[in-house]
Amino acid sequence: MSLAQHLPALQVVLPLISAPLAVLSRRAGLAFLIVTAAAWTAFAIAIALWLQVDLSGPVSYPIGNWEPPWGIEYRLDRLNSFMLVLVSGMAAVVLPYSRASIEREIPQESHYLFYAMLGLCLTGLLGMSITGDAFNLFVFLEISSLSTYVLIAMGRDRRALTAAYQYLIMGSIGATFIVIGIGFLYLMTGTLNLADMVDRVARIENSRPGLAALAFITVGVSLKVALAPLHQWLPNAYTYAPSSVSAFLAATATKVALYALIRFYFTVFGDAFLFEKLPLPKMMLVLSLFAMFFANFIAIFQDNLKRLFAYSSIGQIGYITLGLSFDSIDGVAASIMHLFNHGVAKGAIFLLVGAIVARLTTRQSAPPAPGFDRIAGLARSMPWTCFGIVIGGLSLIGVPGTAGFISKWYLVLAAVDKGQWWLVGAILFSSLLAVAYVWRFVEAAYFRAPPAGREAFGEASLSLLIPAWLLVGATVWFGIDTSFTVGSAIEAAQQLVHNHK
Amino acid sequence: MNVEELILAALVLPIVGALGIVVSNRSPNVREGVTLVTAVAVFACVVQLVAPVLAGSTPLVSLVEPLPGLPVAFRVEPLGMLFGLVASGLWIVNSIYSIGYMRGNNEKNQTRFYVCFALSIAAALGIAFSANLLTLFLFYEILTLITYPLVTHAGTDKAKHGGRVYLGILMGTSMLFLLPAIIYTWHVAGTVDFRPGGILPAGLAPASVTVLLALFMFGIGKAALMPFHRWLPAAMVAPTPVSALLHAVAVVKAGVFSVVKVVVYVFGSSILAGTTQWLIAIAGFTILAASVVALNADNFKRRLAYSTVSQLSYIVVAAAVLAPLSTVGAALHIVSHALGKITLFFAAGAIYTAAHKTEISQFDGIGRRMPWTMTAFTIGALSIIGIPPFIGFVSKWYIMSGAFSAGMLSVAAVFMLSTLLNAAYLLPIVHRAFFRPPRHDDHHGHDGHHGEAPLPIVIAICITAAGTLVASLFPDVLIGLAQRIGTGGAI
Amino acid sequence: MLAHFSNIITVFLMVAGLFIIIARGNLIKKLIGLSLFQTSVYLLYITPGKLIGGTAPIISPQYTVYSNPLPHVLILTAIVVGVATLALGLALAVRIREAYGSIEEDEILERDHGVEAEEAKEARS
Repeated sequence: MSLAQHLPALQVVLPLISAPLAVLSRRAGLAFLIVTAAAWTAFAIAIALWLQVDLSGPVSYPIGNWEPPWGIEYRLDRLNSFMLVLVSGMAAVVLPYSRASIEREIPQESHYLFYAMLGLCLTGLLGMSITGDAFNLFVFLEISSLSTYVLIAMGRDRRALTAAYQYLIMGSIGATFIVIGIGFLYLMTGTLNLADMVDRVARIENSRPGLAALAFITVGVSLKVALAPLHQWLPNAYTYAPSSVSAFLAATATKVALYALIRFYFTVFGDAFLFEKLPLPKMMLVLSLFAMFFANFIAIFQDNLKRLFAYSSIGQIGYITLGLSFDSIDGVAASIMHLFNHGVAKGAIFLLVGAIVARLTTRQSAPPAPGFDRIAGLARSMPWTCFGIVIGGLSLIGVPGTAGFISKWYLVLAAVDKGQWWLVGAILFSSLLAVAYVWRFVEAAYFRAPPAGREAFGEASLSLLIPAWLLVGATVWFGIDTSFTVGSAIEAAQQLVHNHK
Repeated sequence: MNVEELILAALVLPIVGALGIVVSNRSPNVREGVTLVTAVAVFACVVQLVAPVLAGSTPLVSLVEPLPGLPVAFRVEPLGMLFGLVASGLWIVNSIYSIGYMRGNNEKNQTRFYVCFALSIAAALGIAFSANLLTLFLFYEILTLITYPLVTHAGTDKAKHGGRVYLGILMGTSMLFLLPAIIYTWHVAGTVDFRPGGILPAGLAPASVTVLLALFMFGIGKAALMPFHRWLPAAMVAPTPVSALLHAVAVVKAGVFSVVKVVVYVFGSSILAGTTQWLIAIAGFTILAASVVALNADNFKRRLAYSTVSQLSYIVVAAAVLAPLSTVGAALHIVSHALGKITLFFAAGAIYTAAHKTEISQFDGIGRRMPWTMTAFTIGALSIIGIPPFIGFVSKWYIMSGAFSAGMLSVAAVFMLSTLLNAAYLLPIVHRAFFRPPRHDDHHGHDGHHGEAPLPIVIAICITAAGTLVASLFPDVLIGLAQRIGTGGAI
Repeated sequence: MLAHFSNIITVFLMVAGLFIIIARGNLIKKLIGLSLFQTSVYLLYITPGKLIGGTAPIISPQYTVYSNPLPHVLILTAIVVGVATLALGLALAVRIREAYGSIEEDEILERDHGVEAEEAKEARS
């Protein structure tokens, strides 16, 4: 059937159309329906594409029938079909949650704009994942970034505005760096098609423009990834954005940027060059360790739950880049599955923290910061919410039975493979830092007495709990049945890593 | 039901029971009825496994495969059988005891208590029946997490602090040492299954073997090897039934069980030969040092906790001696110490419930008011000290025979000395309780005229004491199981 | 020298733009710096596409040398992105001015600091 052939295009086009339709509808309810339908369809398409790649190998789709390398090509392999499932799946879960969640966070009259922006953001992220064209990647990056700035600015606290502005400046610098890098690559190779670039880059990568391109792309993407020390925009953005936006961004935005990093490093430049001839592995190692220890350590001392888990995200990104720096199948596979596993767990946590914020918010006041004094003794009134956060936290720690354990297993295995025992110790010790901040939450929610002035309130509403618990369930599910995550990640790593030693 | 279904039933029933407990939250009688019925049903499942295992079969059940080639799988072999029997059997008794204790002391959050208890038994059985290191690790961590709410049950600052130490040490050691040990085993051996004779390749360098052994031994923090023993005294803030079943039986025995299992089924005696001296030294030191601390502790539960630390190292030493006889002794000691120590803890809880006394110096003449409790205590104490013909003597006998056969006289010396210390910290309590007149200056109102503890407590304590006697008189099944360890027909 | 002329301009604009973003505290000025920075990239793409003596790429037997049209197309997109970024940045600046009464970075930080101190006090009491 002809429609099935066009799934790669529909994957991006459907969410893209849903955004202007949502604006035109001008009604919150209708806009919600349109964007949610688009997101669910996108999720179904992503699964279909993943199955297609699983059955018959990489898929190439020429946009507008212009043959690559002249036209823009959408190209699906193991890695990005996996990313599509993550991104569209998170959108499919976050959207139903948003309906109830933004009720008190965003003025009623701009709800339809919120959905339009979420649709655009989804478009950008899906486009970044699916495209096989370097400049197209930049354009989708900007689509997702611009809509993200708007989404963050929609938070009710006025600091959301400054957070969005700060992210706009840093994000635009990052994107411009990326486009400079792509420009150099284009100048040297004469092509923008990533697959076409591979052979041509091999000839010029040792030249000065080639290295400059690498440097610009590395810095630019690292800014979007929030790789410490380029992470300053992230804590404020996650803290002050509306709850569902924090969850969506934490689960997808940095992950797709990491995907772009993997794509440029392993597909375009090729690991044989990057990891053998350049001091890149050492550099990534140092930065990753810095992120793992510094950010996890800072997280322990945060009073605002959202900010705490934002710092935790920066730390977890360190694990992902650490896996990449090993340049082995196990290491890269660990990174790829941690993209997914951490995305799901952190998404669940932010959704549940959002449910807490919703309960603490009154109609009149701005949402209060979910500080430890405010959440004291909360487990009694919100048992499901708190228990869900604990399970998500266990996945951050890497307790067996949760998704986080699986990625940690492969990460440690990769370190053992390299014979670097001190790294094994570092990985495991830094995951103990996660125990400290997760247990701060446990002690506050379960053992402290509720503050005297707090009104009694019940469990979060089901419309918030069900999406969040879907993700909590996924966190446990992917800790036990890992055929999807581990299978995809290992095969993707086998396609990416050529540097078999 | 066939054997595979029995294994799964034993693991699933406590979880079902936990659900039943949650549902019957409103009615304490139904809730505790559910607990008891579940406990009996689980024990019935486990008991039915004994005959096939004695007959030499080691049934295997494989569930899911979280990592390629690494399934969550269960295999019942003699050592796990012993541990499973002890944990599930004593759960019944402990449930009877809990009813008396929790009601007698008007504890809060009793539903949470019973739920966590049922789930910890499921986790302990998961450890007992685990077929590979991954499964063991999975249930090991679950057991740590699920017992955390029990340790911090009181919710006070002291309980919170105890919980921190408990979780910090158990999580910390398992994450920092046990997990890399498992991953390294997988890396060098290509499997983490438990197999008789071990799985490590014969060519592994002695230095690597030593490091790996150290990672395992300190990684299994539940075995309470010094210097990672402090979680056990810290866990004593929990209600006494928790201390009794979990911190004298399920949790700590899960630790030493894992130690024996790793030594016998992962390393195997041939690859370890000559590399375990340091371990014997550390465990020997733990035996003596913990006994000395116990000698000086006036708090009853603290004394018992340090006694447990010391007794656990008996089993570590027994495993490290590597002689077949001492392995039999190790398995027997898991049983004998469990029966004895749970009786002692029951006595501590009985005294606390009836008289609200926690310090040994307050126990003068208490035996006359609580004759059942203190008689049972005496039986448990004699077994732990290792007086013939009690089962504690049998297990020690096997361990020491093994040590002699391996020519390790120093081990025998440590055991002699420690037996004396055991007697020195347990017998004075008996003496105080029965032969000293009650002191009258410490009577404050209500606790002046207490009698025996509530009936469920007395029943439970008599059952465990009787259990000790029965095991002492008829140790054949236990010895039969213990002798089959490491020889089973596992692939 | 002439061959490098465009490159020199490009680099100058790039560095000047970045410097303004970092050195200026005024939110509008920062945006101007950002625009300059992005404009430099347009030059980076377009100038190498021009071949001296080349014409617009319309196939005709008279001409054999064409300029590369692709950079123009790309940069058209980039300009759109740049305009959108600038518009959004300015809109944010307006909203920030409404919320804080200032568009100077240090004053905004100061005001936020005051709020945070109050919040902390409130939480303690």
